Amino acid sequence: MSDDIERGLESSLRRKLLMGMAAIPAVALMPKFALGAGPATSEVNTTGLAVTDTEVTVGILHSVTGTMAISETGSVQAEKLAIEQINAAGGVLGRKIKYIQEDGASDWPTFAEKAKKLLVQDKVAAIMGCWTSASRKAVLPVIEQYNGMLYYPTFYEGLEQSKNVIYTGQEATQQILAGLDWVAKEKAGKSFYLIGSDYIWPRTSMKIARKHIEAHLGGSVSGEEYFPLGHTQFNSVINKIKLRKPDVIYCAVVGGSNVAFYKQLKAAGIDLSKQTLLTISVTEDEIDGIGGENITGAYACMKYFQSLENDNNKEFVAEFKKMWGEKTVIGDVTQAAYLGPWLWKMTVEKAGSFDVDKIAVASTDIEFTKAPEGYVKIHENHHLWSKARVGQVQPDGQFKVVFETADLIEPNPFPEGYQ
Amino acid sequence: MFAEYSLPELGSIFVMQGFAGLILFSVFLLMALGLAIIFGQMGVINMAHGEFMILGAYVTYFTSQFFLNYIPALFSIYFFLAMGLAFLASGALGMFIEWAMIRHLYKRPLDTLLATWGLSLILQQLYRSFFGPREVGVELPEWMMGSIPVTDMVEVQINGLFVMGLTMAITIAVAFLMYKSRWGKQVRAVVQNRVMAGAVGINTEKVDRYTFALGCGIAGVAGSAFTMIGSTGPTSGQLYIVDTFLVVVFGGAASLLGTIASAFTISQAQSTMEFFLSGSMAKVLTLLGVVGILMLRPQGLFTLKVRR
Repeated sequence: MSDDIERGLESSLRRKLLMGMAAIPAVALMPKFALGAGPATSEVNTTGLAVTDTEVTVGILHSVTGTMAISETGSVQAEKLAIEQINAAGGVLGRKIKYIQEDGASDWPTFAEKAKKLLVQDKVAAIMGCWTSASRKAVLPVIEQYNGMLYYPTFYEGLEQSKNVIYTGQEATQQILAGLDWVAKEKAGKSFYLIGSDYIWPRTSMKIARKHIEAHLGGSVSGEEYFPLGHTQFNSVINKIKLRKPDVIYCAVVGGSNVAFYKQLKAAGIDLSKQTLLTISVTEDEIDGIGGENITGAYACMKYFQSLENDNNKEFVAEFKKMWGEKTVIGDVTQAAYLGPWLWKMTVEKAGSFDVDKIAVASTDIEFTKAPEGYVKIHENHHLWSKARVGQVQPDGQFKVVFETADLIEPNPFPEGYQ
Repeated sequence: MFAEYSLPELGSIFVMQGFAGLILFSVFLLMALGLAIIFGQMGVINMAHGEFMILGAYVTYFTSQFFLNYIPALFSIYFFLAMGLAFLASGALGMFIEWAMIRHLYKRPLDTLLATWGLSLILQQLYRSFFGPREVGVELPEWMMGSIPVTDMVEVQINGLFVMGLTMAITIAVAFLMYKSRWGKQVRAVVQNRVMAGAVGINTEKVDRYTFALGCGIAGVAGSAFTMIGSTGPTSGQLYIVDTFLVVVFGGAASLLGTIASAFTISQAQSTMEFFLSGSMAKVLTLLGVVGILMLRPQGLFTLKVRR
C-alpha cells in the first residue's frame, strides 16, 4: 500500500484535484486496482446514491474558512489521507472513493445547507464532517430527514445518539471519568478548581466532572468558572487559583482563550510541574499555538496522542507527515477523523451494500484493528469503544503518555446519575 | 467572603488584584489607542482594527523565527525590533487602505462600518491563505517570561510590567503628537472643520493618510505586544475588537483623556468583579454598566467642547 503513496504534498494534492475530474490518471497509478471487481451496482445501491460500477462518492464537510478552520484543518487532512489509502488498497466493494468537499465556513446554517446539498444534489453515500457540537446539531435534522450517514470526529458532551451518525470521538464520560480517577489516585487530588469556556461542551463536561469528584472520589470542588469564548484576560482567576490552592486545576478552555490562559498562568509564576493541571481541551494542535514551553508539565486526558508507541500509529504518523509535511502535528480529533472513512468502508463491506439503512444496522461491532489509537469497536449506540489516556506535555509540544486504561471503555452517551 | 483568609493573605489579595487590574488597564488602553485616533479623531469606524493588530503579531512571529534561525545570539532583544517592524508594516498597510478605500468614504462615515468590516474578512482570509489556518506560537526571550516574586503570595509578572511600560510610553508619545506638535494641530483642525482647514493651506489628504497610518501602526505595536499574552491566528483579532470599541465609545470618541479614563474604569470594574463573581457574569455586569452609563450620557465620559 505504501508503495503507491510515495509522492510529495503537491503532487498528491494535484492528483486529488484530477480525481474529481477524470478517474483515468489516478487509476493508471494503481495497478492493484481492477475495474469492476466488486458486485453489481444494482445490488449494492438500491436507494439511488452516487455509486457507479467504478466509483462511490462521499462528502467531506468541514470549515476551511472562518474561526474553526484552525481546528478542522487537521480533520480534513486525516480524512483525505484515509480515503487515499483506502483507494490505494482497492477501494470499497471494488469501487474507488471520490470525494466532494464542501466548506461549512464556521457558520452553522451553512453547515446544514451544505449537508443538504451533499445529500440531495450529490447523493453522497456518507459524509465525513462537522467539528463543533453546534455544527453537528445544525446538520443532524438534515441528515435524519434525508437519511444520510455522518461520521463525526470530535470528542463531545454526549446526550445524543442517532441511527444516522457514527461518533468516532469520545463522549464525555469516556474522556472525563478515567482521567479524574487517575489524577485522584496518582496525584492525590482532593480539591479541584474547574475552569472552562462558556458553552455547552465545557458546561456539560464540568457537570459530569463535579458529580464524579463529589460522589465517587470523595473530593471537593473549590471553584467553578466559565469565561466567554474568546476571553483573553485571566489574571483575576489566576489570583483566585493561587489563593484557594487547589490540588488540581481541571481545565476545558478552548480556542484563542486557551493560548491566553496558559501564557498568563506561566507569567504569573504557576509552575505546572508543581501545580497539577489536567485539561480535556488541549491536543497537539492547540499546543502549536500555545507554545510547548508555556504548557510544559500539564496533563491532558485524551484517547490518542501523536507519540503513542504502537506499529499502527508509527505507520499512520509517517504517512500523515509524508502527505501533509514534516511540521504538521496530529491531535486527538485528527486521529478520530482518520477512523471515519475506514469504519465506513468496513461497514459497507460487512453489509455488502451502500444503503444507509443497512449500514446503520451493520455498524454495530465493526472492529478496526489498524486504528492508530489501537483497536476500536463500534458500540450499538454508534459510539466507539476506546481507551482513555493521560499524557504530560513536553517542551517540544508532544505528550509523554503516563497512563492508559487497561480495557476499552464502554461509551455511555446518556450516563445515569451524571445529569 | 473574606472570613476564610488571614490578614496578610487579604493584603496580598488586594495587591495582586490591583496589579491584575493595572495590567488589564494597560492592555485595554493599548488596544484602544490606535482606534481612538482613527475613530476618535477621524470618525472612521474601523472594524478591521483587530486585523491590523494581528498583522503586527504575525510580523513579530516572523521576526522571532528569523532571529532564531539566523542570529540566535541577538534573540533576547528581537522583540524591540519586532515592535518597530510591526509598526511599519501595519502603518504601511493602513496607508494603502486609506488611499484605496477609506478616503472615498469620509463623507459617509457610517459606510466605513460596512467597508472596514468587509476589509476585516478579506484580511482574515489573506492571513489564512498565506500564513496557514493554524495558530502560531511566538517564542519569547527568556527574560520576558515568568515573574518576580515579591513575597510568598505576591508575584509581579514581567510581561505585565512590559505592557504597562509600553502603554505608558505610547500614550505619552501620542498625547505629545496630538496636543503639542504642529502636526497634531493640523489633525485637530482637519477633524473640526475639513473645508476650513483646507482653506488655510493644510494638506488635508496628507493629514488624513498619516493619521490613519499612525492609528494602524499603533494597532500593530499592540498586536506585537499581545503575542505575550494571547493567541496569534488569522481570526485572533476578533478577540479584541469588542473591548476596543467599548473603551473608545465609553470614553467619548474624540478625547484621549476619555479613552484613558474609560480603559481604567472598565478594567478595574471587570477585574474586581471577575475576582468576586465568575468570568461570564463579570462580563455581563460590565457591559450592563457601560450600557447604563451611555444611556444617561450618550456622548461618553469626556467630550470636546466644540461649537457646532
